[in-house]
Amino acid sequence: MENQRSLSVPILRVPQGRMAMWMLIAGELMIFGGLIACYVLYRLRFPEWADQAVHTNTLIGAINTIVLLTSSFTVVKAHEAANKLDIGKVTLWLSASIGGGLLFLVFKSIEYSTEIGHGFTFASPTLQTSGDTIGSLFWSFYFFLTGLHGLHVIVGMIIMFLALLNARKGQKLYRVELAGMYWHMVDLIWIFLFPLLYIAK
Amino acid sequence: MSNTVHSQSFLRKYIFSTDHKTIGAQYTITGLVMAALGGFLAYVFRYNLAFPGDAIPLFGELTASQYNTFITCHGMIMVFWVGMPILVAGLGNFLIPIMIGTDDMAFPKLNMMSYWIFLFSAIVLVISFFVPGGAFGGGWTLYPPLSANGYLNPNPSFFKALFYGNSLMIISVALEFTSLLMGGINFIVTTINRRAPGMTPWRIPLAVWMINIATVIFMFSVGPLIAGAFMLLFDIVLGSGFFDPSRGGDPILFQHLFWFFGHPEVYVLLLPALGVLGEIFPVFARKPLFAYKIIVYLTIVAAILSVVVWAHHQFIAGIDPRMATFFSVATILISIPFSGIFLAFMATLWGGKIRIELPMIWALGFIGLFLVGGFTGLFLGSNAFDIYAHDTYFIVAHFHYTLFPSIFFGFFAAFYYWFPKFTGKELNKTLGYIHFWGTFIFFNFVFFPLFFNGLGGQHRRIFNYGMFDSINIEPYITFEKIATISAICLISIQIVFIFNFIMSWMSGKKAARNPWQANTLEWLAGSPPPHGNFDNIPTVYRGPYEYSAPETDADYLPQNVQP
Repeated sequence: MENQRSLSVPILRVPQGRMAMWMLIAGELMIFGGLIACYVLYRLRFPEWADQAVHTNTLIGAINTIVLLTSSFTVVKAHEAANKLDIGKVTLWLSASIGGGLLFLVFKSIEYSTEIGHGFTFASPTLQTSGDTIGSLFWSFYFFLTGLHGLHVIVGMIIMFLALLNARKGQKLYRVELAGMYWHMVDLIWIFLFPLLYIAK
Repeated sequence: MSNTVHSQSFLRKYIFSTDHKTIGAQYTITGLVMAALGGFLAYVFRYNLAFPGDAIPLFGELTASQYNTFITCHGMIMVFWVGMPILVAGLGNFLIPIMIGTDDMAFPKLNMMSYWIFLFSAIVLVISFFVPGGAFGGGWTLYPPLSANGYLNPNPSFFKALFYGNSLMIISVALEFTSLLMGGINFIVTTINRRAPGMTPWRIPLAVWMINIATVIFMFSVGPLIAGAFMLLFDIVLGSGFFDPSRGGDPILFQHLFWFFGHPEVYVLLLPALGVLGEIFPVFARKPLFAYKIIVYLTIVAAILSVVVWAHHQFIAGIDPRMATFFSVATILISIPFSGIFLAFMATLWGGKIRIELPMIWALGFIGLFLVGGFTGLFLGSNAFDIYAHDTYFIVAHFHYTLFPSIFFGFFAAFYYWFPKFTGKELNKTLGYIHFWGTFIFFNFVFFPLFFNGLGGQHRRIFNYGMFDSINIEPYITFEKIATISAICLISIQIVFIFNFIMSWMSGKKAARNPWQANTLEWLAGSPPPHGNFDNIPTVYRGPYEYSAPETDADYLPQNVQP
């Protein structure tokens, strides 16, 4: 199979895995982009949502931002180590990034359980039952956006774990870079979600 | 490399294959099976429209809710499970690797996975016919509130709501998008990265350009609708209210998300068909494609314009008139690049040594029919007229005059052109001509009368006009009867195609390697091309359309001929 591959010459000399990953990231950004655009349009139309946004936990959000940014840094270190073929360091830095993702999810679950405990859930009550709080849809958006992002965190962790399994055997080190690209995307989306959901109050 | 004999098991070779040609065939055949289903649905509701209340042969009594379900699923199936697999996924898989001169897709396993997810999505859609309440019947556009609530499930329990017709339809659409996104990534990476030596961008055949531009439009526009589809699904199963005004949401938002994808989707279906035309016209006119580069540029312009025209589907949804003016102007603007492309095709024919063969006649039929669709589109693009004609049979006739040529004439042109290559057999010409003239004539008899019904004000979603005593339906009914009888003939004539397809494949005459004397690389490979396509990866020295060149006695110069 590999022999067959090598016969046709890549013209741009971009590894095809990297190119495919860029395409995937572009597609993902369109999904999140559409969703964020919907959220922003609703926010502009209903300033009342600010009353709901007050209840999000900015502190945990900020900590999570730092956690994700740090794990993005460690994944860059892993890529650097992979370029130097330093398997030990790749393992170390990739594990650190997966740990960062895990920490993010732990904080996120603490946040979710507090919010659900206070009665903010995914379902939006009808306007009659919730009085004049038209902003109940804010929580639908909040849970959808952060939930979808959390799903991507989990997927990113799985990808990094698979890259780690390969890298420990010294195989397919290019996968470290691809996993890193995906992880940066997860990070980037959070950079948009954090101000939109936690800071804009 | 491909000379080595592949001793693959049947399962590996035909079912779980990673060969791009087998996957292309899987997509095409799945698409044709779904087309038979969609055609049957069309037959049932058309019969009801012409003979309201009569029992329908092969079906029986049609209820109003079944009628709604059938028109909805007919639209869904024909666009997403016929047009997309046949034109984009099918043609893309067949043509891209072999036309750019490589052995297979960049990611063969991803390619296989994309097909199996696609098949799964089709199965989910078919299953939705059999759940309690039947398949979704609120129009193929899935507009809330009909799709989001409500009339089926006032108080949804999660698992029960997940198996309603509307949930299943949304899930199947989302699955299909996932599958085509995977396929799209594959197409673009393959085209950029795996071209044969010498295959520079301006030596790529138009079909490959068009399929790739279509894929880019698809990947750019589908994201927001995937998000919107999940919001809709959560409205159904989790009780959120993204599109529910009584919970603070807005149903118009879904229309925007849907048409932001839905309009570019029309061009996703049109462009591969135009690409096929771009291959066929030079070969059968023995002339270089007129303005090849300009066609590509115009297509890119059209692709960019296609994402700013979507609200022309919503002129009666209460959008701001200033916005409506913008979208009217953009809609009419987009006819300029497409007129340019069509004029370039006609200029290709001008003064050529035209050979009338089966592929050519389908391509010419495409031009004729699509012009009618395009011209009526100009009327509909201006919001003043659209407000009058919206949701009438005028719209139905218009978009069938655009989509039917794109999907079926585009496909049949490609089918008659590349069949000898991919099966190694020749088709029966007489049956091919019967198929063409039957399809062409009956298609016009189905949809041309509907323009008049639409202008007369007949609404497209009414189950039985006999229920309105005050409306005189006699003028409608005559044309409806013409349309229905022709539709039955149109569907029946496809039996000729199926017969020709199977008989020629089984026992046709053996086809030559290059029966049409064409230039592009696929004619260099064996017929049918083996796994791996080429004996040796060819080197490309020239553009794809060098016909009647002065430097040679033969009137064509294949791309791999050294200068």
